[in-house]
Amino acid sequence: MLRYIATKLGLLIPTFFGVTLLTFSMVRLIPGDPVELMAGERGIAPERHAQLLAELGLDKPLLLQYFYYIVDVLTGDLGKSFVTKKPILVEFFTLFPATIELSICAILFALILGVPAGIIAAVRRGRVVDYTVMGVSLTGYSMPIFWWGLLLIILFSVNLGWTPVSGRISLIYFFEPVTGFMLIDTLLSGQEGAFRSALHHLVLPTVVLGTIPLAVIARMTRSAMLEVLSEDYIRTARAKGLRPWRVVAVHALRNAMIPVITVIGLQIGVLLAGAILTETIFSWPGVGKWLIESVRRRDYAALQGGILLIATFIILVNLIVDLLYALFNPRIRHARH
Amino acid sequence: MTDIATEPEIHNADVPGAEIPGADRPVRRPVHPAIEVWHHFRKNWGAVGGLVIIVLVIFVAIFADVVAPHSPIEQFRDAFLTPPVWAEGGTSKFLLGTDDVGRDMLSRLIYGARFSLFIGLLVVVLSLGGGIVLGLTAGFFPGIIGDLILRLMDIMLAVPSLLLAIVIVAILGPSLTNAVMAVAIVYLPHFTRVCRAAVITELTKEYVTASRVAGARLMRLMFKTVLPNCMAPLIVLATLNVSSAILDAAALGFLGLGAQPPTPEWGSMLADAQEFVKRAWWVVTFPGLAVLITVLAFNLAGDGLRDALDPRLKQ
Repeated sequence: MLRYIATKLGLLIPTFFGVTLLTFSMVRLIPGDPVELMAGERGIAPERHAQLLAELGLDKPLLLQYFYYIVDVLTGDLGKSFVTKKPILVEFFTLFPATIELSICAILFALILGVPAGIIAAVRRGRVVDYTVMGVSLTGYSMPIFWWGLLLIILFSVNLGWTPVSGRISLIYFFEPVTGFMLIDTLLSGQEGAFRSALHHLVLPTVVLGTIPLAVIARMTRSAMLEVLSEDYIRTARAKGLRPWRVVAVHALRNAMIPVITVIGLQIGVLLAGAILTETIFSWPGVGKWLIESVRRRDYAALQGGILLIATFIILVNLIVDLLYALFNPRIRHARH
Repeated sequence: MTDIATEPEIHNADVPGAEIPGADRPVRRPVHPAIEVWHHFRKNWGAVGGLVIIVLVIFVAIFADVVAPHSPIEQFRDAFLTPPVWAEGGTSKFLLGTDDVGRDMLSRLIYGARFSLFIGLLVVVLSLGGGIVLGLTAGFFPGIIGDLILRLMDIMLAVPSLLLAIVIVAILGPSLTNAVMAVAIVYLPHFTRVCRAAVITELTKEYVTASRVAGARLMRLMFKTVLPNCMAPLIVLATLNVSSAILDAAALGFLGLGAQPPTPEWGSMLADAQEFVKRAWWVVTFPGLAVLITVLAFNLAGDGLRDALDPRLKQ
């Protein structure tokens, strides 16, 4: 297992440096240099321009610049936003819990509905239920989620008035954030109704963000389940006279979940991309909305830092998924010995 | 979704001239692969339905000038936010209503089909082409070059596709062409990896060695000998990626980073419609519905094609 972890970590380092290379070159590929971008449309005097270039280290050779960039990144200095002048690391981690909270809720939503739907479809293969589940999930998979969000707002917020249109919590509640997770903070604050309000604000964004993972998980569970159900040990279990639900829920499900766990890991990237759209629609104060605003404000420092952090996060999550996968499935971790 | 019965024995029996033991007939010629794929494909109702919708959308896109009742950018000053014909206050002049500056929704949607199809196909052609070149190179030169290409693709895969597309658009500037470029670059790793995997399998086969021994040059080996045998998975990936490309380009349009107004692109139409969520549901509903139906059609057809090309993949 240790050797497996070491191999995985070894593969991770070049990928991380590759991502830093990507974010490093990104800002340099934009027409004009960062100083001109910071100055904006007002322009800047040539002497001041040269002075700022020197201050930022941009007058040095590219290779040296990249070296300094790596040193900065590794010491946790991602620079300051062109617009707010705040450190990017601080901005990012103030907003990140909102995105994480939304993503966790979305993946739970997808799992709670998707796994049972996939199981039922597999068990009733070729029946109406199967076709319905697969039809609905293909529709979900094809869904432009930004539109889906707007539709849900029209139906549930505008026409029925069940849920709020935007934000994380009603403005009447105020308290200092402790964890950054609204559901936990509202409980800690002890204010009456605050938790309910936070929950209400979460419902629609969760459904919107969870739709595509839900479709993927349902399809994946079904196909994994079908494969497992045709194995000999399942026939043995049935022949032993076990109840049909026990064979499905205990014997088959445990093995069928292995590919599903991998797929959930792969969905993290999809989730974060979806978060950009979902947060934009629901004015959810997370990193997705922040990134889009950075693009609009031409705040390339924020964009550069944000992308590096998100990519690093995804690399780490994938690593954890790989390790969990090996933990659940001994065949993987012994494969290379 | 895409369950078709694939039983080769039965299937061969409907082909005229199938072998019948003892029959005094010449041995039948092998069925052309395309015809065989079609035989499998047409048994899948969903896939055929998808194909019909795709043909319809292509037809509408090509003949938009004839089919659309109005110009997509003509503003009817006396008809702002007119509801669809069946709703209260609707008129038959504007079947699906008008938007906030009095443009006919139906006509804009019809012209929008051009953009979406163009985007979907162009993205796939670009990333397929790039992926084939990179994949073949990585497969034929497994040393440093191959590793370098694969590492680069891994890095691109570490950034969520939409985010990477946003970065590329941020560098190039927001426009429809740049959105197409961005999405095409984002899809490159998938095509490269699939192509390389197929190339590596093919390279171990004897016909490649034979061709090499016969003195075929590298280019010939790559593009004429090996590539045709790697095309099946690439074609499937391409079909399925048309739908993702349409979705991603629409998302970029929605974020204001793709097609710019007044282009009647479905995603950017939705971006404009956002503020009318409370007043005019039709402005919001129809462009998204158009995206959904088109994407669904490509996914259905793509799934069907995958099953038809390689029944083993059927789940």
